[in-house]
Amino acid sequence: MPDSAQILRLLPEILLSVFGTLIMVLDPLTGRNRKALLGVLALVGAYCAWIGALVSYANPGPAFGGMVTVDGFATFFRLLVCAIGFLTVLASMSYLERNELPQGEYYALVLFGVAGQSLMAVSGELVLIFLGLEISSISTYILAGFLREDAKSNEASLKYFFLGSFATAFFLYGVALTYGATGSTKLVVIRQAMEGKDANVVLAVIAGALMFVGLAFKVSAAPFQVWTPDVYQGAPSPVTAYLSTGPKAAAFAIFLRIFFTTVPQTGVMWGWLLWTCALLSMTIGNFAALVQTDIKRMLAYSSIAHAGYVLVAFTSCTPIGAAAAMFYLAAYAFMNLGAFTVVSHLSGRREQYVAIDHYAGLGRRRPFLAALLTIFLLSLVGIPLTGGFFGKFYIFRAAVNADLLWLAVLGLLNSAVAAYYYLKVIVVMYMQEPKEEVTIEPVPATLAATLVLAAGAVFFLGVYPGPVLDFATRSASFSRQ
Amino acid sequence: MSPSYPEAYFPILLQVGLAVLVAGGVLVTSHLLGRRVRNKTKDSPYECGITPVGDARGRFSVKFYLVAVLFILFDVEVVFLFPWAVVFRELGLFGFFSMLLYMALILAGFFFVWKKGVLDWAKRGR
Repeated sequence: MPDSAQILRLLPEILLSVFGTLIMVLDPLTGRNRKALLGVLALVGAYCAWIGALVSYANPGPAFGGMVTVDGFATFFRLLVCAIGFLTVLASMSYLERNELPQGEYYALVLFGVAGQSLMAVSGELVLIFLGLEISSISTYILAGFLREDAKSNEASLKYFFLGSFATAFFLYGVALTYGATGSTKLVVIRQAMEGKDANVVLAVIAGALMFVGLAFKVSAAPFQVWTPDVYQGAPSPVTAYLSTGPKAAAFAIFLRIFFTTVPQTGVMWGWLLWTCALLSMTIGNFAALVQTDIKRMLAYSSIAHAGYVLVAFTSCTPIGAAAAMFYLAAYAFMNLGAFTVVSHLSGRREQYVAIDHYAGLGRRRPFLAALLTIFLLSLVGIPLTGGFFGKFYIFRAAVNADLLWLAVLGLLNSAVAAYYYLKVIVVMYMQEPKEEVTIEPVPATLAATLVLAAGAVFFLGVYPGPVLDFATRSASFSRQ
Repeated sequence: MSPSYPEAYFPILLQVGLAVLVAGGVLVTSHLLGRRVRNKTKDSPYECGITPVGDARGRFSVKFYLVAVLFILFDVEVVFLFPWAVVFRELGLFGFFSMLLYMALILAGFFFVWKKGVLDWAKRGR
């Protein structure tokens, strides 16, 4: 029987599941006009889980026979996904109300998804990683189709479900073959087997390739990115905010953990694969984003490009690279979440105003929203004083340190291309005449709070990145005992 | 001979070959020797022997689908109960409370669908 110390190490996941279930039970019991209380409960749940992640880090170590490992790395991503969950709920409250969507299920699904992502971050064993991946994926499949009467949302949900299932199947085949090659699904044992002589290397390479396909799909890296624009465009905007940050961060977390823990001399075997993927993602994402007229689609392509930047950090195959990737994911989460939250408010009822042209004159009509969107977009470009700047800086520095100067140069050129389409939105907002047919509702308090929190995080990471980067650097040296 | 060698699978290969041969043989012989009658009745889709009625692509109420999914859910619950019952004594109190928690979660789900009116077929809408 597991003792209380072990159970404490799973505290965030337990809290998220309890709050999620509680919301589902209370949902039928609350009246139609008091559903916002469920949202408050979800906020409390996400906040408790965030605290729970800190509490369980007070006593780090393995639990449940090595299935779960609470270390700095896991805690970093746990804190990140819980924060994303909190902000997603906060950002969604007014959106759900405006579009008359069922709220209880929505909040519960967000919490369940965050529980899955948190489990992915903390597990040191492939089957448990798979379980977390599925918990997270299935709840996001449903969330993507939450605008039930909208054909685009249905398409997004179905596409995400089918392609996501294929990707998960690839990952699972990889897990099965890994077990065949090394005789274990525990990451630490797999590495020992790989270093010794008793692993079937050919099988292990095939297994690694299959897992790579599955994970590259989940982080929407090229050439497995084709689903991203359609799903991000069709899903309700707050859900897109969540999709492009939470599941992506968690998928990168297991990506980092699996490949850095199990593969000895990562760079030698996988380097070319990683940089090909990184370069393709950056280039395809940025160049396709240039020609988009729909802001959600543009941000979807930009999210592919950002996955490419993170993969550049992977390519260096050093703890510094891993730390840079972690920092970038944190910065990216807040700026992307913020940008999509602004989009979700401006989209109006049933997402009618999502073209970039609809943003004309926003600077004059809604200075607050326009200013915040400008901050998030500038951070996505990577302007100093924002989190995006230090994220990119650390990533390209890690690449240069690993003798990948050419990749860093190509990455920087890509960022220059990216600046064009981000700045285009800002130009449209401030330098074009407002269009009267676009109605903009007043900004609700919850949405304003989300935006201020996200912008605060972006500035904090941009002005004072030290503490977060230090924590990432300390926890990036994966436990190899 | 260790069972992991490919040779150990030879009998299975033999059986697969035999199965293909028999199945293919029956099809080919009946194709060559059989009498062929073609008429309208024979070309129509088979519907339990009765004259076909309507289009097969009719729309069903989503409720059928929901009930099917719920059925699987509770089916799986029972599947988990069986092995638990077999080793109930060995697992002791920990096993008991684990299963109690599991049942509570399933019941929470049941409560949710019940209150949401999924099981209420007579009522129109929610």
